[in-house]
Parts: sequence; C-alpha cells; structure tokens
Amino acid sequence: MKSTKDKSDGYLKCSFTSSRRDFLTGTARAACGMSLLGLGLGLYSEVGKTHPANTLRPPGARADEEEFLGRCVRCGLCVRACPYDCLRLAEFGEPTATGTPYFIAEEFPCYMCPDIPCVKACPTGALDPKLTDIKDARMGVARVVGTDRCLNYWFNHRCLACTTICPVRGKAITLEKEIWVKSDGTKQLRFIPTVNDEHCTGCGMCEKNCPMARYGGGAAIKVLPLSIVKREDQRYHRRFTPEEQKAIETKAKAKTL
Amino acid sequence: MWRRVVAVRDLMFTNKWLLLRRASQITIPVLFLLGPWYGIWFVKGNLASSLILDTVPLTDPFIVLQSLASGHIPETTALVGVAIVILFYVFVGGRVYCSWLCPINLVTDAAEWLRRRMNISTQWHFLKRSIRWWILVTVIVMSAITGTIVWEFVNPITMLNRGLLYGMGVTWILILAIFLFDLFIARRGWCGYLCPVGVFYGFLGRVSIVRVRAKKRHLCDDCGDCFVTCPEPHVITPALDRAEHGVGPVILSGDCTNCGRCIDVCHADVFAVSSRFHNALPQITQESAQQVADIHAGSENTIT
Repeated sequence: MKSTKDKSDGYLKCSFTSSRRDFLTGTARAACGMSLLGLGLGLYSEVGKTHPANTLRPPGARADEEEFLGRCVRCGLCVRACPYDCLRLAEFGEPTATGTPYFIAEEFPCYMCPDIPCVKACPTGALDPKLTDIKDARMGVARVVGTDRCLNYWFNHRCLACTTICPVRGKAITLEKEIWVKSDGTKQLRFIPTVNDEHCTGCGMCEKNCPMARYGGGAAIKVLPLSIVKREDQRYHRRFTPEEQKAIETKAKAKTL
Repeated sequence: MWRRVVAVRDLMFTNKWLLLRRASQITIPVLFLLGPWYGIWFVKGNLASSLILDTVPLTDPFIVLQSLASGHIPETTALVGVAIVILFYVFVGGRVYCSWLCPINLVTDAAEWLRRRMNISTQWHFLKRSIRWWILVTVIVMSAITGTIVWEFVNPITMLNRGLLYGMGVTWILILAIFLFDLFIARRGWCGYLCPVGVFYGFLGRVSIVRVRAKKRHLCDDCGDCFVTCPEPHVITPALDRAEHGVGPVILSGDCTNCGRCIDVCHADVFAVSSRFHNALPQITQESAQQVADIHAGSENTIT
C-alpha cells in the first residue's frame, strides 16, 4: 500500500493506517482464495466418495465410504500384504478416490485367505481389525445381473460354475428350482443361481469363473459394492419362503403325476 | 557464483550436502522398490505409512492429523508410527522431510536450476508465504467438514511417491504443472508459498535439535550466494546479519529445511551443521577481530 501522506506527517501514523488496510484486504483476499480452494477440495472429495460398480474394497473395509476415506492413508500396505496381488491402489485420474485400494473381481477376485493379511497390514483401521473370520467379510454382494446371459435362465442348462466355485459353498449361492412359464404357455423347471446375502462375502470368485465372462457382455453374475446394492432389496434374488417352496414342489409333483 | 566456492574448495566438497541429499532422495524410493523388484522387503508401504522390517511402523503425522480432524481415531500401529516420525523430525529438523525425502523437491530443484540457467526472474507479487498457512487451515477444516483425508486427494508428494511405487496414472500432469509454476511463475513457488505439508513439518522444525548455524558469521563478506541458493532465504537473515541486535547465530526458523545448501555454497565457510543449543553469541577474540579487519581491508582494496 502506498502512502500519499507527507513523510513529515508522522511515519508511525501512516504506516498504521496502511497496514490496517493491508491486513483487511489481505484477509479478504485469503478468505476468498481459501473458500475457493476448500470448495474445490470438498467437491473433489465428494466425487471420490462414489466409485465405479466394478471396483471393490478389500475385506474389512469400512462399509461407510466416508469413514473409509477418513481412515485410509493410502499407504498400500494391504496391497503389499496380498499374496495373490489382487489389490491395487487407484492412480490419480481414476474414478476411485486417489490412492485408495481396490480390486476388480472380474480380473482378480479375493481368494479369502483365512488369516486375512491385508487387514492385519492396515495401520489405521481403514480395514476393520475386528474382522477375524474372513467369512464375515462383506466386500460386496453377488447379483445375477445378466439374466439374459446366465445359462441356467435361458438355455435351461444345469451350469454349476458359480455354485461350486463359491468359497462359502452351499450357503452363499444355491440353485433354486423355479417353474418357468414360457411365452407359449408351456412350463419348464429351471434351476436359478440364488445369492443368499447373509452368507455372501463378495469375494468375486463367481464373477471370475462365470463361463459367460469370456464372451461379450461379461459375467452373468457380478459382485456389486454394498453402497450400490441395498441389502434389504431382495427382489430378484430372494430365496423362496418355505410355503412357496412347498407350493412349487407340490405343483411339480402334480404335473409329473 | 560457483567461482567463489570452487576457488577455495574441491568440487566434490563444494557439493557435499547436495550430493548427500540427492543420494537420500534416490535411496528412499529404491528401498521401497527393493521388495517388489527383488523380494528384499526392507521396507513396505510408502511415504504415507510404512513398515520397516515388518516391525517398525512409520506414519505421516500430517495425514493422521487430517484423519483425526475428520473424526476418526486410527489404530495403535498408526499412532506409534506417528510418534516415531515426530520424534525423528524433532531431532533432525522438521523440514528435513522437504529437502531429504520429498520427491517433489527433485522437481522443484530442477525447475529452480533451469530458472537460473534461463535467467527467468518473474515472480507473482501477490504470492505471500502466509498463503501456505491458510491452505493448511483450509485442509484441516475441509477434512472436518467432508469427513475424509482431504489433502490426500490432491497431494502431489504422496502421489508422485505412490506413482513410483504402485503406478503413475496421470500424476505426471500435476508434476508438470508444479514444474512450470516454479519455472515461470514464482521462484520455489510450490514449496515456498503453497505446500501445507511443508508448513506442518515446519512446526516440528521450530523445536528441532539439529539446525544450521552461521558459525563464522563474522567472516561473511555479503556476497549473497547463500541467499541466492536458499529455498527459504528469509530464514538466513536473522542468524547471519543480526549479530549487532543480539540475535544468536543458529537458524531457528521452522521454515529452514536443513538442506545444507548454504554450507555448500559459502566460500567463507560461514555455515555449519550444529544444534539449537549452540545459539550463544560468540566471544569476539583477538583472532576473529583480526580476520574481520582483514576482510574489510581486502574488500576496500578490491573496490579501489
């Protein structure tokens, strides 16, 4: 700030006024700049809280993405701990929050090590150390998204790929009988792979091993992050209730008799 | 500038601290990479958090501070890591992180070198060193508001470090931006005016033990070499020039990065690594008085 006053007017006085003006303009300028910076950072971090449906967090990752991002220091110790090299850190420019760990089930599913080395490696608790049994992990939930591709739906095959490869075998994915009413009115029995949410860890073995994964359109069964799949939403993949089950079975029996 | 130093010292010793610093800056990523490259797991992780020999945890205190601000208390491992790191920097000097570890320092040093070679002297005048303080405050506040570790979304230091160890992505765009900013817009622009990580480590530097000391400041002939090379020239002034005001010879400012460049470039060997406890005003001995007299007599002779 230039002072227009004469020097003889008193150096102290004029330096005081100009410094106060300096202070005010400086503070205003800094406040404006920092608000902009804060806005940018805030928006960018909001964008970072959502991540693509095919990127899954390691076992034990805090279900609340905000809490995960508040704890993960992006050190990559979980990446180094993973014996199968499934995990990787998101690079700058990827849609997942910069530097955070994820895996893509279709390429490298989680092999569900019983000792969970990635969780043990995490220094901050972004991966919850309370997870001691890998079968309690909830990295996501499998969903048969490609009902147009699943062999059991359309081709009436008895494909067992996802049910047999599932590490929580016989619990997480089961084949359920269903009467299929075709467009011409004829009926046929088919076996539908059904995910039981209370057992599915979201490891992605089913997605990796789906025979349709190698054809265009990708695997018929996919693991989706919990943030996308509401766990109470079982519209498409619920188990039949015992009553329904009985009804189906008696109907089938009546048909065959 | 070099002529003055080279005249009194071997080239090797002219760059002693610089070479040591470069060795440190290169060794650290190499140590991290020995594991994935050759299976020698001396240290895992990266600058944000790491584990030495599977036992000693180290964690960046600034990142944990943001984590705390976001309302999450990290596990014990991280807290122990933070304690070790803080103790280390309180001993060796807070901003040793900036000059001896930070990979961005290589970028900004390169920009500074080119800037001098190309004789670029542009400087944005509204840039003030206080801006980085404001940025630090903003980062902490935004961490609290968003509930995430906000600076890690954009921090070029850990990003470049992570890029070297895990995969680069488009990090190089950010690095290029910093390089160009330092080259054309402001001298030492990123580290000197913007980076909040440096400010945070500067706090530790305010109490740190190891400091550079203008040991023989009476021999200074005001050639200005140290001011030209120092990344934070304002830290030198009190220690070097304020003897008559009773200011001790130790550079106490937290902004000093302990890079040791002033020790390298000073042809009169004014600076030396010392501790903050050696800040007493030196006794003026007959010998030193004579030396001072000689210097002034010499400079008068050269002028006339």
